[in-house]
Amino acid sequence: MRWLLCMFQNVGEIMILLWRTLLAFPQLWRQREKVFEQFFEIGNASLLMVCILSFFIGGVIALQTGPVLVERGLASAVGGVVGISICKELAPVMMSILIAGRIGSAMAAEIGSMRVYQEIDALRTMNINPIHYLVLPRLAAITAALPLLVIFAILVGWLGGAFVSSANNRIDISFAAFFSTLQDVVQLKDVINGVFKSFIFAWVIGVVSCHQGLVTIGGPRGIGRSVTKAVVNSIVLIVILDYILTRILLR
Amino acid sequence: MPDPGTERSHQGVSVQVRGLRKSFGPLEVLKGVDFDVNAGEIFVLMGPSGSGKSVLLRHVIGLEEPDEGEILINGESISSPTVMDQYRLAMVFQSGALLNSLTVAENVGLYLEEHRLKTGEEIARIVADALELVDLRGVENKMTNELSGGMKKRVGIARALVIEPQLLLYDEPTSELDPLSAVTIAEEIVRLNERIQVTSLVVSHDRDLAFGIADRIAVINEGQILAIGTPEEVKRDKHPFVQHFLNSHFIRANPPLGA
Repeated sequence: MRWLLCMFQNVGEIMILLWRTLLAFPQLWRQREKVFEQFFEIGNASLLMVCILSFFIGGVIALQTGPVLVERGLASAVGGVVGISICKELAPVMMSILIAGRIGSAMAAEIGSMRVYQEIDALRTMNINPIHYLVLPRLAAITAALPLLVIFAILVGWLGGAFVSSANNRIDISFAAFFSTLQDVVQLKDVINGVFKSFIFAWVIGVVSCHQGLVTIGGPRGIGRSVTKAVVNSIVLIVILDYILTRILLR
Repeated sequence: MPDPGTERSHQGVSVQVRGLRKSFGPLEVLKGVDFDVNAGEIFVLMGPSGSGKSVLLRHVIGLEEPDEGEILINGESISSPTVMDQYRLAMVFQSGALLNSLTVAENVGLYLEEHRLKTGEEIARIVADALELVDLRGVENKMTNELSGGMKKRVGIARALVIEPQLLLYDEPTSELDPLSAVTIAEEIVRLNERIQVTSLVVSHDRDLAFGIADRIAVINEGQILAIGTPEEVKRDKHPFVQHFLNSHFIRANPPLGA
């Protein structure tokens, strides 16, 4: 019963934090330097990982589906299957999970340590709103960065699929044939669908991680606990929201 | 806004604490605290660890909400939304609470920068003046983790000075410092009080500091004020805990080896 109350309290606090951050959006221009700083930090920390992960995801999907489809005379479907699964599902979800682990944890740790070592109290005594100073730039940066990373991941994932499809002799589809079938199946709205999902997931990661940082109590152990909670809660919410969004977007 | 470091005429404010009560769960930390701090004085709130001093200080600056009672600044309740904007309050934290990701200069100039009160050049000059005032020169570009404990506290004071406070709160200003650094901080508190007429409310368990700098002292234990007055009056107070707190010293029963 207690955990249920705790969960509702957490959800309520997260919604309030999101609402207050949205109300602070007119302050965004004033915080632009911090937004750019966070934006480049997210890019620097994740670009290589995104590249490797999405290339191999594309490759694995091609490897798993390619031989089966080719054996049944459906070689022309390989590009489409790889293309659509990457852009609608795998790129937004996998990249969001990666960013939750890489960036969400860093956000929770940084804000959590600021809370534990009274830096947030110091901001408040200077009449500086921690939501404007800490949460808004992070949320804005991740909201801009994650969809861009997902677009990049989609392109690299397709490249990985095409590479494996041409290199593996059980599939043996040329680059040109792969992208030609991909183009037949994947439409612009499918890419927008995936990017839209990542936009929502970015909010989830940003708000959940900043909230966990802001409610950190205790010393280093408390910071560790907040980081774990931020990552786990973000991933659980991403997976649940992915189902709900897929249901809505399929209509 | 005049620059820190120049002679200023702004007056410190008076503080009145009335029937303050605060509990954290079942633990009652403040049990109806009443006292007044006069404008421009150095008031030291002294007591053992866990007596509720720091919690009381956090109430004065508005970081905690009381369960009962109120705090007045120049007779106006701080719960009124306009009061905290009307008066300039600043706090020097026990740990310094400097922002780790910023340099010393960025920390000191943060208030001016975030509120867009001055241009970049003016902020740089004010920061240099504030650091000069606490005897710190040439550290502007250092990161806070390169500073000693005493330097961090002085940077914390410089950061508070930039606000041009009318009430300056110090939370355990000499804790974790060597005796020489503690003396420097004590001198700093008195010098600033004389120079800018700020009201200073100091929380400490350091008896030397309290009797060295205070105009008036209050002794607090278990969330209650036990004695209040000038240092001489507090020394003469008959309350058993006050006498125990002020006069207890550890003396080894057996002589040291080799003596």
